[in-house]
Amino acid sequence: MTDLAIADLRVLVCVKRVPAPGARITLTADHSAIDTKNLGFTTSPHEECAVEEAIRLVERHGGTATVLTLGPGEADEQLRYAVSVGISKAVHVTHPSLSDEGDWDPQATARALAEVIAEIEAVHGSFDLILFGNESADSGGFQVGVRVARTLDRPIVNGIKAIEIGEGPDGGRTVTAQRESTSGFEVYSLGLPAILGVKEGLNLPRYPTLPGRLKSKKADVLVQIIDPVPGGLITEHFDNAAELVIETTMLGSGPESAPAIVDLIERLGLL
Amino acid sequence: MSEILALFEHDRGEPADTAYQTLGLARALLAAGVGSSITAVVIGADADESVADLGAYGASTVVHLHHPELTDYAPEAWGEAVAGLMSARGPGAVVATGTDRGNEVLAYASAIADVAFAANVCEVIEMAGTSLSLTRIRWGGSLLEQSMLTGSPLVLSGAAHVFDGDPSPDHVGLAASKEVIDVSLSERAARTRIVDRVTLSSGITLTTAAVVVSGGRGVGSAEGFAPLNELAELLGGAVGCSRVVTNNGWRPHSDQVGQTGKRIAPELYIACGISGAIQHWVGMMASKHVLAINTDGEANMVGKAEYAVIGDLHKILPAVSEEIRRRRSMS
Amino acid sequence: MSNEFPTTASVVVIGAGIVGNGVVGHLAELGWRNIVQIDKGPLPNPGGSTGHASNFIFPVDHNREMATLNLDSQRQYIDMGVNTECGGIEIARTPERMEELRRRMVSAKNWGIPARLVTPAEIKEMVPFINEEILLGGFYSPTVSVVDSLRAGTIFRERAQALDALQTFANVEVMDIEVVDGRVKAVVTDRGRIEADAVVICVGVWAPKLAKMAGTQIPLTPAVHQMIDVGPIPVLEETGKELGFPIIRDMDTFCYERQSAGSMEVGSYAHRPIFMAAEEIPSIKESRLSPTELPITMEDFDPQLEQALELMPDILGTAEIKYAINGLLSLTPDGFPLIGETPDVKGLWSACAIWIKEGPGAARMLAEWMTHGQPEVDPHHSDIARFYKYARNDSHVRARCAEHFQKTYGIIHPREQWASERGVRTAPYHDRTEALGAVYFLAGGMERPHWYESNAELVAKFGVEDRPAEWDRRWWSPIINAEHLAMKESVGMVDLAPFVVFEFTGPGTKDYLQGLTVNNVDVAIGKSIYTPLLDVNGGFRTDLTMLRLAENTYRVMTGAFDGPRDSFWFDKHLPADGSVHFQDLTSSYVTIGLWGPNARKVMEKLTTSDVSNDGFPYGTTQEVLFDSIPVRLFRISYVGELGWEIYAQTENARAVWDKIAAAGSEYGIVPVGAGVYGTTGRLEKGYRLMGSELDGEYTVVEAGLARPKVKSADFIGKEAYLRHREEDPAAILCTLTVENHMSARDGVNRYMVGGETITTADGERIVDRKGRVSTVTTAGSGPSVGKFLLLAYLTPEHAVAGNDLQVYYMDEYFPVKVAVVGSTPVFDPTDARMKG
Repeated sequence: MTDLAIADLRVLVCVKRVPAPGARITLTADHSAIDTKNLGFTTSPHEECAVEEAIRLVERHGGTATVLTLGPGEADEQLRYAVSVGISKAVHVTHPSLSDEGDWDPQATARALAEVIAEIEAVHGSFDLILFGNESADSGGFQVGVRVARTLDRPIVNGIKAIEIGEGPDGGRTVTAQRESTSGFEVYSLGLPAILGVKEGLNLPRYPTLPGRLKSKKADVLVQIIDPVPGGLITEHFDNAAELVIETTMLGSGPESAPAIVDLIERLGLL
Repeated sequence: MSEILALFEHDRGEPADTAYQTLGLARALLAAGVGSSITAVVIGADADESVADLGAYGASTVVHLHHPELTDYAPEAWGEAVAGLMSARGPGAVVATGTDRGNEVLAYASAIADVAFAANVCEVIEMAGTSLSLTRIRWGGSLLEQSMLTGSPLVLSGAAHVFDGDPSPDHVGLAASKEVIDVSLSERAARTRIVDRVTLSSGITLTTAAVVVSGGRGVGSAEGFAPLNELAELLGGAVGCSRVVTNNGWRPHSDQVGQTGKRIAPELYIACGISGAIQHWVGMMASKHVLAINTDGEANMVGKAEYAVIGDLHKILPAVSEEIRRRRSMS
Repeated sequence: MSNEFPTTASVVVIGAGIVGNGVVGHLAELGWRNIVQIDKGPLPNPGGSTGHASNFIFPVDHNREMATLNLDSQRQYIDMGVNTECGGIEIARTPERMEELRRRMVSAKNWGIPARLVTPAEIKEMVPFINEEILLGGFYSPTVSVVDSLRAGTIFRERAQALDALQTFANVEVMDIEVVDGRVKAVVTDRGRIEADAVVICVGVWAPKLAKMAGTQIPLTPAVHQMIDVGPIPVLEETGKELGFPIIRDMDTFCYERQSAGSMEVGSYAHRPIFMAAEEIPSIKESRLSPTELPITMEDFDPQLEQALELMPDILGTAEIKYAINGLLSLTPDGFPLIGETPDVKGLWSACAIWIKEGPGAARMLAEWMTHGQPEVDPHHSDIARFYKYARNDSHVRARCAEHFQKTYGIIHPREQWASERGVRTAPYHDRTEALGAVYFLAGGMERPHWYESNAELVAKFGVEDRPAEWDRRWWSPIINAEHLAMKESVGMVDLAPFVVFEFTGPGTKDYLQGLTVNNVDVAIGKSIYTPLLDVNGGFRTDLTMLRLAENTYRVMTGAFDGPRDSFWFDKHLPADGSVHFQDLTSSYVTIGLWGPNARKVMEKLTTSDVSNDGFPYGTTQEVLFDSIPVRLFRISYVGELGWEIYAQTENARAVWDKIAAAGSEYGIVPVGAGVYGTTGRLEKGYRLMGSELDGEYTVVEAGLARPKVKSADFIGKEAYLRHREEDPAAILCTLTVENHMSARDGVNRYMVGGETITTADGERIVDRKGRVSTVTTAGSGPSVGKFLLLAYLTPEHAVAGNDLQVYYMDEYFPVKVAVVGSTPVFDPTDARMKG
């Protein structure tokens, strides 16, 4: 069902290729990076939801959904994954200094993204909505979306778990976005163009279909090479945090344990 | 000597439960040789009264920033306000606690000032030249990153529940001086404000339920889910299941938790007769608390759960429901 | 729940996958107590290959041992109530595959497994969402099933626990396996040390790592098998079952499509071989899913996506890929499991590289072996002792596994040769045979000429007929038959370099050997002994030839294919007092055969020693000189002609080869390949071959190798042997001739390759009273008798010369006739040619 009043929405989703580790992360011998030898890579989970949302918005309103990543050559996999689930265009911003072992600092990342987005917009027109993940799964910087928004002079709100495109009181297009709070949801209304940082739970992302996967193999990916302008946060090395050992507390056995179970429920404030 | 600006987080005057930890972080910075005094920053007039005693937490000054757009939380307005204070006072550092709001405001402020920002710092180590050596957390805390932060000011948030949120023993009885500043904001500061608030709808779903009562092979049949349904209903929770259950047609796929089903994060996950295959585990590992009920004490789920009960779920669950009803009738 | 960790056990079983659980279950049932089972993962799914298996069983296998294990396993799963019959169809997209499916009909008939060939329309009827337009047909097995292997494992453990025989400890990691004086002593874990006389390694992909701890090798490699789960699919959901449709094996694309409730699991063996070292497998904590469910490398799966879509476009076009893994499983150099006591460490047993389909059966096999010294099912192909040392290292394992991984659903010819790891072992005169255009087959990893292209012109000379069907001709040449006839006309020389040579010395030698052999070894010095060696049940362990060189010095020659197993057997029974010294001299000697009516004339030119019949009688050995070169001659023949086996020291072998060739040139000596030595010459003489006619399930009497008298000395299997001599044989090995080769289907003459069913004139299988089925043990030409010959065991009722039967080949029946009952040769029945 295409909502004609808000037709042709141009949505951009920015994603990051991140490793998918198990319960324990293994580091390289010199602790300079995560040892990814046995790891798969994925799109940061918040951004998987951003991709899904972009597809749904375009399914509903028409328009185009574009995915963009800043990452090493291997990040092509994440772009094609996005295409395989329904994104129509892909942009790969890259540089030889990027690798699965090392990314750029948040300022360098944001500068590069803003520059490329501005270039694309200069040629093809402005994106109505740009979606970021609230924070990346691996580096957790909590800032790239905001920095890009400031550079592009667009409003941004983070932590978004619901998105609705509508018409504002002045007839312009707006996005209504909900952000989780302790008591429920805060509702923000932003005039387009706008940027949102979204969180997992926004939707349940679809998986690729077989034809989708095969189509994505053939998709054209626009590759842009850009030099880094480093910022002021430099990673030196990593360490594993002290491991949390779960000590199972036995509450008892058989029906006689019922009071202990209810005590637990009560203690957690769930009764 | 430079000051440390510490953002005191509150919601319309109600301090956030992590608000005082920001001052703990600021004191840690002082100890590391960053800055010489702490200035608490309180945004919005609503908090003028509720925030009064920060002297005991190490703040020598409390700055209140006033503007109509600052009354309720507004990311860009709050960020601009902090950025404005930064440019006006030239602090050595600006800190907050790494909550949604704390990180967002510092992201805005550092973006405006074009300085670096280190989120979720768990340890400040020392100044090395003009840089601060610090540790921040990644991957939800399972990985620690050693970094050097350079900037004027140094902008960082502290990981929640890491820094001291109690009054400082070194500042007992001390009072902070109060300063009120009427700030000016750009027009765009009004672009991102809360226009409405909604409380959660009452419809409980598997993904939103605070309690999930989930069944596996041990439930034995579709009918076997009756005591699970009963308990879930009593607790206002939802019923989930493992893959073997949907494979056997005992419950619809929409109830399946796991790799190929739903991934959920309730407050309490009660795993009944679930062996705990890894594929299931990944669907519910984000649960805050896990209680396993299983006849087999060697079951994977029992070993991984925070709490466990050994026995037949068909006898235990009805007893639990009965106990809940008994306690409720008493209160 | 948390028992005290034990310090001793009668047996420690490492691993709680389908194999480890099956082993503890069967050991307990066979009377073992104080069994301790450990696994480094949690229960019931500790994270090994069992946990992600597709769990289906296609019972038909061309190999008898594997089919038997499949069927036994399926029966056990049924007994445990965890077997769901759903049927399965192996589909063909190519004519070659249709031919293979016809061949599968023979194997199904052999093992009594219901099966039928189906048309594309019939497939469509059973699987409505299949695109039948790309199919030529299928092979439908109604008893194909899916099992719950995790549940089965739990039941096995519960059975052992009910007998109070088992303690299982999950989350316990093995740190070391202690070995003292070549015998296992203890297992050291992160929870403590357990002393035990027996340790069983059932850890699948981790086996190489554990074997290394014990100072030995378990030659397997962890390898990736890709699998995706696609759904939801309404037509599957509507069945309301785990399996509502037959499993499809898309053989030509090396993929399978297996319903899993509402979704379809697509698995592939089509991708490049992806191997890992056991040490590299991530720990449980490091794994996203499990240690054996690694992130998929999707680009390897993409071609299969297209093929799957082509096959099931309606249902796979819209469903989503919900789960995708690079699953780890175990591959071995020859594709068979690794079962039995490890050759280097006594008391250390392996049950590895075993799939779900054969798990419980393999577990039973190992438990019986540990308990009785020999399992009921002959473990010939699975025996971990089958590998030469050179074939146990990682490099060899990976090379071979890479080659056969891609044949997982491949069409493998019974005579098929490996392409990898060639030229590793060659004879010293390899350049000579190469110059003669030798076509090499591997024998024990050694390059052995099977025929010589330089003899191509002999084909016309002897008028040898070719085989018109490509399958029948594959890995065969009419030159073999021509070499046979040329040798029988004059003389031929045969490269027998792969022969395995042992030497036993020391005061206890005679008695030691006497305790292993059926026939008396106390013969005159210089004489030879041919003898079977039996297992405790009286089945064949091996058969071989010995030369008595001195009172207590025996030289033993055995075939290249059984060398390592025989070495293990001899070593296992060596007396503890050191009175026998056992040396493997395989690399010290090279054997060359010289046979034919003119062999003596050639030999007379080579040596001045007396090689007349009186001077050098049949069955004796002497050391002589070829000019200055000492060689040992052994007057014997496996091809039915006068002649000798010539044993040269390795450094002399090239010179000896040249001398024989030069001396023989006057008589037109031809190089003769193993095609003659191993098949045509042997068949005409009715000689039995270990692994073909002789195995653990047939007796000396049935094989026609019983001598009139039994020696007085005791030997392994004697009790059973005496019993077998008393009873009427259930089957008798016979030689049959094919009476008409023409296919009724297309008029092409067909030539069997071995393994076919022998049936009555009505097409009924012949099953003896011990449940064994008559199949062709060897098939090949008898050029001198002008017939195509088959060896097969027949029940006494059918073992009558002149009896008309049929052979079932490629889903067709061909008439055969019993030529000879027992060991009498069809050619030169009095052995006049070789003994004269």
